[in-house]
Amino acid sequence: MFESISERFSSIFDKLRYGGALTEDNIREGLREVRRALLEADVNVDVVKEFLDKCTAKAVGEDIVKGVEPGQQVVQIVHDQLIELMGESDTEIPFAKNGPTVILMAGLQGSGKTTTTAKLAMMLLGMGKRPMMVAADLQRPAAIEQLKILGEHVGVPVFHESGMTPPELCAKALKHAEGDNRDVILLDTAGRLHVDDQLMDEIADVSKRTKPTQTYLVVDSMTGQDAVNSAKAFNERLEIDGVIFTKLDGDTRGGAIVSLRHIVGKPIKFIGVGEKIEAVQPFQPDRYARRILGMGDILSFVEKAQGAIDEKEAAKLEEKFLKNKFDLEDFSKQLQTIMKMGSLKDLLGLIPGVGAKFKQLDIDESVFKKYQAIISSMTGYERARPDLIDMSRRRRIANGSGNSTHEVQTLLKQFQTMKKMMGKFGDIQEMAGKLPEQDELTPEQLANPQAFMPNPNRLFSARVDKKAERKAKQDKKKKRKMAKKNKR
Amino acid sequence: MVFGALGRLFGKIKTGLSKTRSALGDALRGLIGQGRHIDQDFLDELEYRLLAADIGVAKTEAIVAEVQQRYKAGELAPGEELLDLIKRSLRNELEESLPEELNWAESGPTVVLVVGVNGAGKTTSVAKLAKRFKDLDKKVLIAAGDTYRAAAVEQLEIWADRVGVDLIKQKTGSDAAAVAFDAVAAADARGADLVLIDTAGRLHNKEHLMRELEKVRRVIQKRVPAAPHETLLVLDATAGQNAIQQAKLFDASMGITGLILTKLDGTAKGGVAITIKRELGLPVRFIGVGEGMDDLQPFEPDAFINAILGTEGGASA
Ligand SMILES: Nc1nc2c(ncn2[C@@H]2O[C@H](COP(=O)(O)OP(=O)(O)OP(=O)(O)O)[C@@H](O)[C@H]2O)c(=O)[nH]1
Ligand SMILES: Nc1nc2c(ncn2[C@@H]2O[C@H](COP(=O)(O)OP(=O)(O)OP(=O)(O)O)[C@@H](O)[C@H]2O)c(=O)[nH]1
Ligand SMILES: [Mg+2]
Ligand SMILES: [Mg+2]
Repeated sequence: MFESISERFSSIFDKLRYGGALTEDNIREGLREVRRALLEADVNVDVVKEFLDKCTAKAVGEDIVKGVEPGQQVVQIVHDQLIELMGESDTEIPFAKNGPTVILMAGLQGSGKTTTTAKLAMMLLGMGKRPMMVAADLQRPAAIEQLKILGEHVGVPVFHESGMTPPELCAKALKHAEGDNRDVILLDTAGRLHVDDQLMDEIADVSKRTKPTQTYLVVDSMTGQDAVNSAKAFNERLEIDGVIFTKLDGDTRGGAIVSLRHIVGKPIKFIGVGEKIEAVQPFQPDRYARRILGMGDILSFVEKAQGAIDEKEAAKLEEKFLKNKFDLEDFSKQLQTIMKMGSLKDLLGLIPGVGAKFKQLDIDESVFKKYQAIISSMTGYERARPDLIDMSRRRRIANGSGNSTHEVQTLLKQFQTMKKMMGKFGDIQEMAGKLPEQDELTPEQLANPQAFMPNPNRLFSARVDKKAERKAKQDKKKKRKMAKKNKR
Repeated sequence: MVFGALGRLFGKIKTGLSKTRSALGDALRGLIGQGRHIDQDFLDELEYRLLAADIGVAKTEAIVAEVQQRYKAGELAPGEELLDLIKRSLRNELEESLPEELNWAESGPTVVLVVGVNGAGKTTSVAKLAKRFKDLDKKVLIAAGDTYRAAAVEQLEIWADRVGVDLIKQKTGSDAAAVAFDAVAAADARGADLVLIDTAGRLHNKEHLMRELEKVRRVIQKRVPAAPHETLLVLDATAGQNAIQQAKLFDASMGITGLILTKLDGTAKGGVAITIKRELGLPVRFIGVGEGMDDLQPFEPDAFINAILGTEGGASA
């Protein structure tokens, strides 16, 4: 899914780039494709219209850059407008000057409020704060228990008392927090529909009584067109200060992010990227814009990889890849690293065009453990020269590790596959490392984001299509000539 | 010269796009009874409705094109019939082969596995289904197969209590497949008609979690080979196009037999279910319309389509 929007955008860009001279048709088609892609990504239909209007207005405006390919220019406009729409990164939690900071969490049912409350509590703990959580969802069965368990897990107290309404409970929690010297109070509220007047009144009352320093709307990133309706309603009643998008560890294109930025205009503060309490990140608008524009979330990938890979070790391995000296000893080490990095496929899924390729390779991580056992039953010689492992060696290794010879054989085969894959993995890392930061980009590069991106498809197709490349170059030359002529 | 063409072109697109919603008004309704002509405004309005209902751009374009083509071909008189055509083209796909309420086991307990992404409404739907079939005098058992999320077991425990059905559970952190097996075995031993197994929410792109779910299925088959008789995927009606991917991957891994579309009591229309039916043949079986245990209804295509088109209460097709 994720791959396909990227690929779609890539193909639009390609079309606009290589589509010969500019005609009415190819621009119209390009914009229509952009529209379809945005709609498919769940950007709200009104927002798409306004966004394209803006892009169009920009295009017909005076600031047409001469000498730039028109296709590139459209791409640049779409890109720039999206970056502008997403706005500056704003992931600070402004704390109250006097007294405790109150954070109100609001949102539809099941969007992730309770989980995110605990995530924020842990984050605040890490910032040296003394947070407290308030279990103000008196609606959902076991909601209080859920928050209590999470509270215990992160080591943050949870306030709850029975026999009062949520607004009363929250007001009381504030008093309690002062006595307990708590400086940030997180209010977890029940999920509610924006059209449920009674419950909307209730949360408005909570807000009135607790005067939150910050009110965050928690939104499921898989939400479709309706996201704007609920967000508008919540914003009208609560004046939200920011939005938190959850479940971005999925493969949703997250068009709701664009929609809410446009409609509500409030910063997106954080994103949830997993069920675990640690799985929360500050939101980075430019990174998201790149994600939706098909430039891949290479940065996330690099960060993750960096967290798990020991630099020196990696350098050594890389050299071995290059010299094709990668042996089972290294394979074993690499397995450990991969296990540390979490699911390899999840990780590679972050790169557009790559995830799909890997779906065909079956990587069962539980198998890695078995492989470790098999490898540890080998002699140093065998690890260095797996190609020399014959049947009798195989039998010995199988017996030693409590596996069948067939499994040893499978490992050896997989090793060969991995060896190839690792070589490519090295390529990606290397290229990703070369990815310039946003502010280091020249206007030309900005105009043509694809140009400086590694084309993941290429990495996995055996050979770069030299012919096609040559043809593209020639086309470009021709076009430039044409453009010169036209100017005269 | 090139830029001149560009400018004209953009100008055209701009006027095309900048028509405001309010100017269009309720074109669909306006058409009924007024005998108005089908025009660009009408088509725009139709497209807008379909898109805003999360039907998705491909299916929307197909429907709009069909309507336009038939109109041009003179196949349609303005008015009711046009609306009929639209409804028909939406409904055909939904209605065909709508199965029985549940695919009951020929003998022994009927096993229903309830799966879906995080927070979609699985646990609540299990409670609602339990209530529904208990009210129909079935002996129902439910299983707390979400052994992962904080207080998931406790949540279902409360529901079991409210509904008045037995619950099979183990501690949080235990093996979900073991819980499911216990439940199926217990249902068999106790002569239960129906066992509903709740599962932990999981995103469809997490392969290890999907494999875990496959294990649940394998393990219950050890006890009841024909199980699960239903594997229902719970979809949040507020979900957009990603729901297609959810359905695809859950289906590929588990063999989904139907959908429960939850949270239709909000303003979301759940139109993506139409695309899912078309692409994967998966029918909506039940809809969730609230947080209470009685807020579950069998799926009705007509009402669903009227809600999408905003023609509730209008003449039925
Ligand atoms: N994969 C993933 N799951 C998440 C994320 N955030 C929350 N969840 C899961 O989503 C489900 C719902 O989360 P909750 O925190 O219970 O949602 P809520 O908004 O408090 O729900 P209600 O109180 O019922 O309205 C749970 O299964 C969470 O584990 C996330 O970022 N990624
Ligand atoms: N308005 C409304 N809310 C619903 C409906 N179905 C479920 N909910 C609410 O949605 C939230 C999540 O429901 P759950 O049943 O816990 O969802 P789940 O899929 O089991 O969640 P996880 O186990 O965390 O993945 C709860 O607050 C439910 O009350 C519905 O049809 N309408
Ligand atoms: Mg909650
Ligand atoms: Mg649940």
